[in-house]
Amino acid sequence: MGRRLRWRRFVSNFMLAMTGVCAGVSVLVLFLILGYLLFNGGTSINWDFFTKLPKPVGETGGGMSNAIVGSGKILLLASLFGVPIGFLGGIYLAEFSGKGTASVVRYAADLLNGVPSIVIGIFAYSLVVLPFKHFSALAGAFALGMMMIPITLRSTEEFLKSVPRMLREGAMALGASKWKTIATVIVPAAYRGILTAILLALARVAGETAPLLFTAFGNRYESHGFSQPTATLPVMIYTYAVSPYEDWHRQAWAAGLVLLGLILIINILARTILSRGIAVPRS
Amino acid sequence: MKRLALLAVGLLTLGAITFADNPLLINGAGATFPYPIYSKWFDMYHGKNPNLQFNYQSVGSGAGIKQVTEGTVDFGATDGPMNDDQLKAYQDKHGSGILHFPTVLGAAVPTYNVKGVTSTLNFTPEALAGIFLGKVTKWNDPVIADANKGTNLPAEDIVVVHRSDGSGTTYIWTDYLSKISDEWKSKVGKGTSVNWPVGLGGKGNEGVTGQIKQTPNAIGYVELIYAVQNNILYGTVKNSSKNFVKADLASVTAAAAAASKEMPDDFRVSITNASGNNAYPIASFTWLLIPEKIQDAGKRDAIKNFLKWMMTEGQGSVEALSYAKLPKEVVAKEEKAISKIQ
Amino acid sequence: MPSAGPVGGSRSFFSRLRDGDEFARLVTLVFAATVVLITAALVWELWINSVLPRQKFGLHFFVTQTWDPIMDEFGALPFIYGTLVTSVVALLISVPLGIGAAIFLAELAPPSVSDTLQFFIDLLAAVPSVIYGLLGVFTVVPLMRTVIYPLLNKPFGFLPIFKGPSYGVGFFTAGIVLAIMVIPYIISVSREVLLSVPRDQREAALALGSTRWESTWKVVVPFARTGILGSIFLALARALGETMAVTMVIGNTPKIAASLFAPGYSIAAVIANEFTEATGDLYLQSLIALGLALFLLTFILNGLARLLIVVTTQKGSGVAA
Repeated sequence: MGRRLRWRRFVSNFMLAMTGVCAGVSVLVLFLILGYLLFNGGTSINWDFFTKLPKPVGETGGGMSNAIVGSGKILLLASLFGVPIGFLGGIYLAEFSGKGTASVVRYAADLLNGVPSIVIGIFAYSLVVLPFKHFSALAGAFALGMMMIPITLRSTEEFLKSVPRMLREGAMALGASKWKTIATVIVPAAYRGILTAILLALARVAGETAPLLFTAFGNRYESHGFSQPTATLPVMIYTYAVSPYEDWHRQAWAAGLVLLGLILIINILARTILSRGIAVPRS
Repeated sequence: MKRLALLAVGLLTLGAITFADNPLLINGAGATFPYPIYSKWFDMYHGKNPNLQFNYQSVGSGAGIKQVTEGTVDFGATDGPMNDDQLKAYQDKHGSGILHFPTVLGAAVPTYNVKGVTSTLNFTPEALAGIFLGKVTKWNDPVIADANKGTNLPAEDIVVVHRSDGSGTTYIWTDYLSKISDEWKSKVGKGTSVNWPVGLGGKGNEGVTGQIKQTPNAIGYVELIYAVQNNILYGTVKNSSKNFVKADLASVTAAAAAASKEMPDDFRVSITNASGNNAYPIASFTWLLIPEKIQDAGKRDAIKNFLKWMMTEGQGSVEALSYAKLPKEVVAKEEKAISKIQ
Repeated sequence: MPSAGPVGGSRSFFSRLRDGDEFARLVTLVFAATVVLITAALVWELWINSVLPRQKFGLHFFVTQTWDPIMDEFGALPFIYGTLVTSVVALLISVPLGIGAAIFLAELAPPSVSDTLQFFIDLLAAVPSVIYGLLGVFTVVPLMRTVIYPLLNKPFGFLPIFKGPSYGVGFFTAGIVLAIMVIPYIISVSREVLLSVPRDQREAALALGSTRWESTWKVVVPFARTGILGSIFLALARALGETMAVTMVIGNTPKIAASLFAPGYSIAAVIANEFTEATGDLYLQSLIALGLALFLLTFILNGLARLLIVVTTQKGSGVAA
């Protein structure tokens, strides 16, 4: 009896230790990735990287100033497109809709969320690039904006629904109409969660490359306005990484570091905001 | 709410401001084969004309043909000339035609990264066809070894690298293979995108070069300058006069000699396996695809002026990047053809 | 809910509109409807723009091996094969690791440690595909060539899956990169599902004399197994749709090969590489047909995943989702 029990205890401790190893390995990967990027990219980040345009092929030097600005422009525009749709749609689901319409809208959002990003690129190409006859930041923003909608929609709905009934009823008791209640009481109460969702949606699309391949295309120079082809960080990383030029590899690491740094900062920011809890509406 | 509105207004103003007083942007896309010289040219030309920006994206000849046909770019570039079906498709879609303008002469070279080999290998047409058909699988196969008697070739598997995207360089290479190998012609054929019997795919000349550099015992085909710039070995090829010729300015120019005298009006011509003692057998012109009708007057003039500059002054920069200049007869013909652009 | 107004009577549209609530309802309805519109338009566009291969090849499209743009013959099989093989390899690596980690986080680690580690794992999920590709090209590919291939090919090279030369890139490499990308999904969902298993299940097992591991592995995990399965489906759906990381390390060769070391192609990768250059309607529409097929596949998997996860958490907490 004692032997069997000791064996079982040994197995138990061993297996549980193994699970610890699994967890450790998974977390270690993150730090390895960061470390690798820091090591290879950190040495290549210099002032030129942020301020200069790319040089002709084969020549060393130059930077990615146009790609950084391009990514920024497209993300901004994508948010302007995707966030209002997701936010206002979420309000509809949480506050106004009946069960039937709500499930249809939720179903559509879930469908959209599951579309592979390359397929979104195909859709944006047919809808925006072909009719207007040029690649553009607008097309890229349309693709990325579409990807932001589902996250924003579902999160807005959830966070609005989780606002305590007391707040709602209190406002109604004071005679506020429905939309006034929503605008001045419920949304502010849920704003942390909604803001978090928007930031997370932004972080998710910031690194997307595939949809930009056939929409924003690429630009050797800075693009002006929103209807020109635009260079973006993720596409530059891809192009430079598969090339044979050492200098381009160096720049790809630097760009990777900048991109990942940006995404991680947004993520950490979002989660910190959320973890501070649901705010009590300010008077 | 108010803050949101202010932000939106601010953004739109920002967008609007950046619309004012901008350089004219002309978009092109296509071949990776001439990308090094094109990017140099467009850079130089922008220096001379700061109000003009030629944005050229190196995405492969196939994409160049497709996108210029769709009208999403102002000009295309290819080293595999558009075939009659593609020309017709363009004509049907736009109601006018598209013109080919040769820009430089280049060469597709067999590049390799073989363990222990630091010298230039000689390749016969049979060797190349056999390797790319997947029939010659080891580096020390007699068909390769016989042409390289002094070199110690390892008994390693050959890793073939080809293009994964639609490529004019592929067109040049398969055009050559179709001419020297009946088996290749019937089994695979020539085109910008073929059904490769063996090998890995790399994206663009850049991707193939990168792949070869990193993969031991690899062989692939890239434009000469990519091999030179990246210090990878490339071999000689036996030409139709039975000489092993290495790709360089002289041999590439020699390959174009016969064709230049009989250049067709639309400039679409193949010079692979050209006759001539010193002709390099896998050479080719590369073309810019310019629509016959260009609506925007500013773009039209910019493109026409660039073409004129390209075939005269611009030719001065090509040899430094291992491309050969356009033959005089071809330039003379092209200058007349520019007037076709309306 | 309509605001207070004349009971039973119907007000004119405009008078209802002037009432702020109705206006707000309409505005938000329009936006919600836009979501449905966009999704419907997407599916519609995919369907009508893939009509040519449907007409020409029918269902044969999915079992044909040839991909020949010159001969206008297109078959989806190499890409479906590549997509599935790389995903299976990814799951074989990530599922044991992921479930192990989830067990640790849910059962063993004190809440603060568990939350902190989960935080880092969530960050891992945020790393974009192209960065995984970048790392894959410069770290996993050489690793495959110099370490993993010799390790497996020398002793086991007679097995079809380990045969043949190594290129560095290939199915196996892509599978490894995908495994790293999907582990966070398995961990975070499995952890949640395990946490929702009622305490009395564990306690009953322990009271009957089982060791900690036995109660976890034989009682808790089986209770949560549908949810864990759901997390696997979720991870699979993610792996199937991955584009950039795969196209940078898979070798881009539309061929079916038994060996894991051989180069291959996936649906997403071929679309990314060939879409902008597909001349000819049949070629382009064949690519779009591939995209549609991929979309359907991930859609089904995501739906199943959600179902399984909801069922498990409901079972566990006894509260409606």
